[in-house]
Amino acid sequence: MALPGLHDPPGRLTLMKLFKFNGGVKPETHKDASTRLPIATLPLPERLTVPLHQSIGGTPRPLVRAGQRVLKGQRIGAADGNVSAAIHAPTSGTIVALEPALMPHASGLAALSAVIVPDGEDAWAPVTPVDVRALSGGELRDYLRDAGVVGMGGAVFPSHLKLNPGRQGKVQTLIVNGAECEPYITCDDMLMRERPETVVRGTLLMAQILGAERVLVGIEDNKPEAVAAMEAACRGSRIQVVPVPTRYPAGGAKQLIRVLTGIEVPHGKRSTDFGVQCFNVGTACAVHEALDYGRPLISRIVTVAGNVSTPRNFEVLFGTPMSEVVRTALPRPDTNRYLMGGPMMGFPMPGFNVPVVKATNCILVASDALFPPPPPEMPCIRCGECAKACPADLAPFELYWFARAHNFGKAQEYHLFDCIECGCCTYVCPSHIPLVDYYRYAKSEIWARERDKEAADQARTRFEFRNDRQEREKREKAEKLAAKAAETKARLAETSPDAPAATAQDDPKKALIAAALERARQQKAAVEPRNTDDLPPTVQTEIAEIDARRQASGPAEPSA
Amino acid sequence: MLSALIVMAGIAIVLGAALGYASIHFKVEGDPLVEKIDAILPQTQCGQCGFPGCRPYADAISKGDADINQCPPGGEEGIRKLADLLGREVKPLNAENGVEKPKAVAFIGEETCIGCTLCIQACPVDAIIGAAKQMHTVVPALCTGCELCIAPCPVDCITMETIPETVETWKWRYPVFTIRQAA
Ligand code: SF4
Ligand code: SF4
Ligand code: SF4
Ligand code: SF4
Repeated sequence: MALPGLHDPPGRLTLMKLFKFNGGVKPETHKDASTRLPIATLPLPERLTVPLHQSIGGTPRPLVRAGQRVLKGQRIGAADGNVSAAIHAPTSGTIVALEPALMPHASGLAALSAVIVPDGEDAWAPVTPVDVRALSGGELRDYLRDAGVVGMGGAVFPSHLKLNPGRQGKVQTLIVNGAECEPYITCDDMLMRERPETVVRGTLLMAQILGAERVLVGIEDNKPEAVAAMEAACRGSRIQVVPVPTRYPAGGAKQLIRVLTGIEVPHGKRSTDFGVQCFNVGTACAVHEALDYGRPLISRIVTVAGNVSTPRNFEVLFGTPMSEVVRTALPRPDTNRYLMGGPMMGFPMPGFNVPVVKATNCILVASDALFPPPPPEMPCIRCGECAKACPADLAPFELYWFARAHNFGKAQEYHLFDCIECGCCTYVCPSHIPLVDYYRYAKSEIWARERDKEAADQARTRFEFRNDRQEREKREKAEKLAAKAAETKARLAETSPDAPAATAQDDPKKALIAAALERARQQKAAVEPRNTDDLPPTVQTEIAEIDARRQASGPAEPSA
Repeated sequence: MLSALIVMAGIAIVLGAALGYASIHFKVEGDPLVEKIDAILPQTQCGQCGFPGCRPYADAISKGDADINQCPPGGEEGIRKLADLLGREVKPLNAENGVEKPKAVAFIGEETCIGCTLCIQACPVDAIIGAAKQMHTVVPALCTGCELCIAPCPVDCITMETIPETVETWKWRYPVFTIRQAA
């Protein structure tokens, strides 16, 4: 196999030894069709439906109202906490509604979205590039969060969280992932072919933020054009472009790290624990746009492939209905569904008009002829094929048994959460078991349980606190009463040492009442207030005069 | 013979002392079984089980005074976990205690609320904020859905709202193979 970057030029690159990850499969790649035409830009759609929640983490808080005019790149959703990323208007226009709309999500549920009617001017909000050298790491990360930069490989994890050199102060190796191993998808390939300099610039920026010593770009060797373009753009820089053997899923972060550095990240650990951080090439481009031009993330390259006449890549504004993108690629008439992502990891969309979001790397147009429904599921025969194919070194059939039996604790013990849902196991299973569906089911059940557990723990603490508080209040009240009673008793004993003292001893409460009554009686005797008591002297004299006149004229004095 | 007896007795005394020391020094506070049962109960604190809160019910289960199928909020899942823990048979929820409902939170009709504070006093987890003659409101994130605040309200302004599924809380369904009609 020809590995251009591996053998020539000699000297620098011959040192590079590649490693192998376990498992993996070699499905048909189907990549040629969508790389024949250059990336196209779509005309502005009539409406954009921009969901506020497009990344891992908290749902951004809306910053706009219905009826408001927005400019291209204006922030319309602010990051909710640090694990979140902002959302921006993809073009200028009017927000006509802020309402729940169908999400490009397997659930088929709606979530809060901003509906924008473009005004056609596509006018940018003022943008301010930043000087990377002038800002601290924390400020840069906040800037990227507010620019909405997230992982473009499909996981949409907020990038600013990964651009943290951590406690050691630096990350040894920065890996930029251009492997793009999933069949049909070519958006990263086309990005590297057509705009390699943006990827290089973004990569250098990230390397600077992370303080990385080694910078590698891994590209599967079935993309010689992308490798050549990237090598040309990297010439003279410290970035090393490394073609890696084509085998699905070479683009998985842990797998690519393994291939390039030989580091095996153990179960339950993260690559940063070993000084390696991995980003997608699209993310590098987004970082460059955000820092060098001040432009937030508002569009991405999307591959449209599958059951269409002209498969192609498009630069698509977020919020554009998928059907509008697909229409340009001329879908065949028997199309009956779209998948978001590729055939291995993608999932069906609940409708044709769901919007393109940050996670949409590919719209795979499907028909029953192109992707026939899987044959019926048969019992697992424990052949072990899935374990051989699993790139994460798991035992997929064990996970399957545990998920099937709802035995989630055991599934977690077998490292369910290290499963990257790559689909290799499902691909090779001779019994056609939809294994990944079982893992997704088990994972979401475990998350739900964890949420319930947290809520229960909180409720327990609050309930116990409230009980303690009530106890304390009761105790304090009793103590106060007792103290008062003792005080009264002492006073009574002092003032009238004879009879009342005896009763007080019998019943402090009675004595208390008696004392209170006595006090009230004395008070009443001392001052019998009249409503004329507190008046100024002039009024007093007036009243006296009136009284005198009244007495003179006859009738008796009015009673007080 | 005698020396053997002395040695054995000596060992027994030493070990006994060690055990005695350990039992005092490493004493576990509380009853671990009650803790384990309490960890399974949903902490709704609703009293539907017939006990004033989840902890007393856990106590009663551990003493054998209550059955494992009396907690409606815990539902089938909870009964299964209790059965697993205690090595008992799974049985259906006792209908006398109530029925399993989808999770809900209380909502106070703010136009009707007269600010009597009665619901605050009823809430076992302090999930209601308000003050005398002020409008009250429920903090949904803290509400366990126990419904204890509903009865005390003199103007009936509290309703239970089921929590809708969102994109974040949605769960992948258990895979079922759909049988398609042969063409
Ligand atoms: S490949 Fe399929 S049949 Fe074979 S062990 Fe795995 S799950 Fe079972
Ligand atoms: S989907 Fe998960 S279990 Fe299956 S092969 Fe991929 S990583 Fe392994
Ligand atoms: S019924 Fe369940 S949730 Fe309610 S108090 Fe009893 S144990 Fe707790
Ligand atoms: S607000 Fe009402 S339903 Fe919610 S926890 Fe408090 S008393 Fe129970």
